[in-house]
Amino acid sequence: MRYLTLLRGTHSTTPPPPELMAAIMTLGEEATKSGALLDTSGLAPSASGARVTLAGGELTTTDGPFAESKEVISYAVYDVGAKEEAVEWASRFLKVHRDLWPGWEGEVDVLKLFGPEDFPM
Amino acid sequence: MSVESVRRVVDAVWRIDGAHIVAGIARLVNDVGLAEEIAQDTLVIALEQWPRDGVPDDPGPWLRATARHRAIDVIRRRTRYAEKLRLFSRDAEGGVEDGTDLDDHIGDDLLRLIFTAAHPVLSTEGKVALTLRLLGGLSTVEIARAFLIPEATAAQRIVRAKRMLSGVGFTMPTPAETAERLGAVLGVVYLIFNEGYSATSGTDWARPALCSEAMRLGRVLAGLLPDEPEVHGLVALMELQASRLPARTDADGRPVLLGDQDRRRWDRLLIRRGLAALDRAETLGGGPYTLQAAIAACHARAVSSDDTDWGRIAALYEVLVYVRPSPVVRLNQAVAVGKAGDPARGLRIVDALSAERALRDYPQRPAVRGELLAQLDRTPEAAAEFRRAATLTHNESERTLFEARAAELG
Repeated sequence: MRYLTLLRGTHSTTPPPPELMAAIMTLGEEATKSGALLDTSGLAPSASGARVTLAGGELTTTDGPFAESKEVISYAVYDVGAKEEAVEWASRFLKVHRDLWPGWEGEVDVLKLFGPEDFPM
Repeated sequence: MSVESVRRVVDAVWRIDGAHIVAGIARLVNDVGLAEEIAQDTLVIALEQWPRDGVPDDPGPWLRATARHRAIDVIRRRTRYAEKLRLFSRDAEGGVEDGTDLDDHIGDDLLRLIFTAAHPVLSTEGKVALTLRLLGGLSTVEIARAFLIPEATAAQRIVRAKRMLSGVGFTMPTPAETAERLGAVLGVVYLIFNEGYSATSGTDWARPALCSEAMRLGRVLAGLLPDEPEVHGLVALMELQASRLPARTDADGRPVLLGDQDRRRWDRLLIRRGLAALDRAETLGGGPYTLQAAIAACHARAVSSDDTDWGRIAALYEVLVYVRPSPVVRLNQAVAVGKAGDPARGLRIVDALSAERALRDYPQRPAVRGELLAQLDRTPEAAAEFRRAATLTHNESERTLFEARAAELG
């Protein structure tokens, strides 16, 4: 079964420590080699994006940045046997942030992608 | 945390780190079966302690360190204690108590474990069960359920396989053995995939969990052996075939054949990954799995079934029957030749297989023959072939499909 993880946090004015970036790369390599990580990418700040809204029958397009306090910083798609496994990868990911970027705060949403197991015959 | 939620966390960590832990312990004790038992004991300890003390901050390394301590205890208790300890100290590069982790040989150990689980002393069933157990982290219950066998049978296969391996030790195949052993490993992985992809009995058309498991094993192998073309070929083949899983059954759970599938339901991520793996396999030189992946890619690239490049598929089969001749491959070649516009030649290929014992009760043979006869407007004969296919299959969904085709042809 697949899970999409979305990392949210505040885009910092200072760049993340290089040790953190190296640890993230290592962790990504581990997750890939264990067969769990299918796809991942960092995301540019919402200032370079846009939002298309449908409200009251009207479509509007607004350029970023979005007003939310936290931005989506990266995403990953994991192929795992159970939710707890995706949660474990997400936790490991946040732990390297905790250990290598003191003071940084964020959250990972772990969301299930629909799969055949959700439509039992 | 409740015992149940801790169990789920333990299972998750085990799925991620278990194979590495077993592999590291196997190097220390030189026995895969014993290593697995030590690892299982470690899980029991975690299940006792974590609900009480909380899940450790680093659950993977915790399990690893605990397993290592258990291994040391076991070695100490062994009869030829002193000798073992000497061996162990040498292996641990600097003695028992200096905190050497199991991480030092991680890739090496895991590869050794994968090769050991496909050792020639084992039966095919033993290889499959042990691979799922040691590398997939599946429980005996899960293995039994996946293969529709009683739990006792699954347990017996694992026990027997571990016993067979106890005299083998924990070594890499020699360079001369490696190619053949890698072939065995890939064969086991593809067998697991196929078990999930085409359930041969019961009403279950596909058991996707086994497919996922096989794909995961394939990806692990690709990480360990990045220069082996056929590893990437097999990964490509599995991912491209699995991309079609969401479209293989209709809303009522009935099977839908490739030509009739709604291609918008194919899994784009798996197709993208499969094509990338195929590209890598072809760059490195390819082989039979790569050829089969190239055939699967022809389907993946076709926006509709009318766009399928059957000429290329027939040409790929031409090469495949040369490098990996088998009755089933010849049968598929006949289909491709027919679709590429020469059903008469396709029929000749099928009929040349009439003496093949392996295909005697194989339902696909009359089904393929029926399709080719239908293309040649030999309708009554075609219908008779589909009726024959329906009597041969053990898969209920497939039987329905064949009967419908027979009825359609009259």
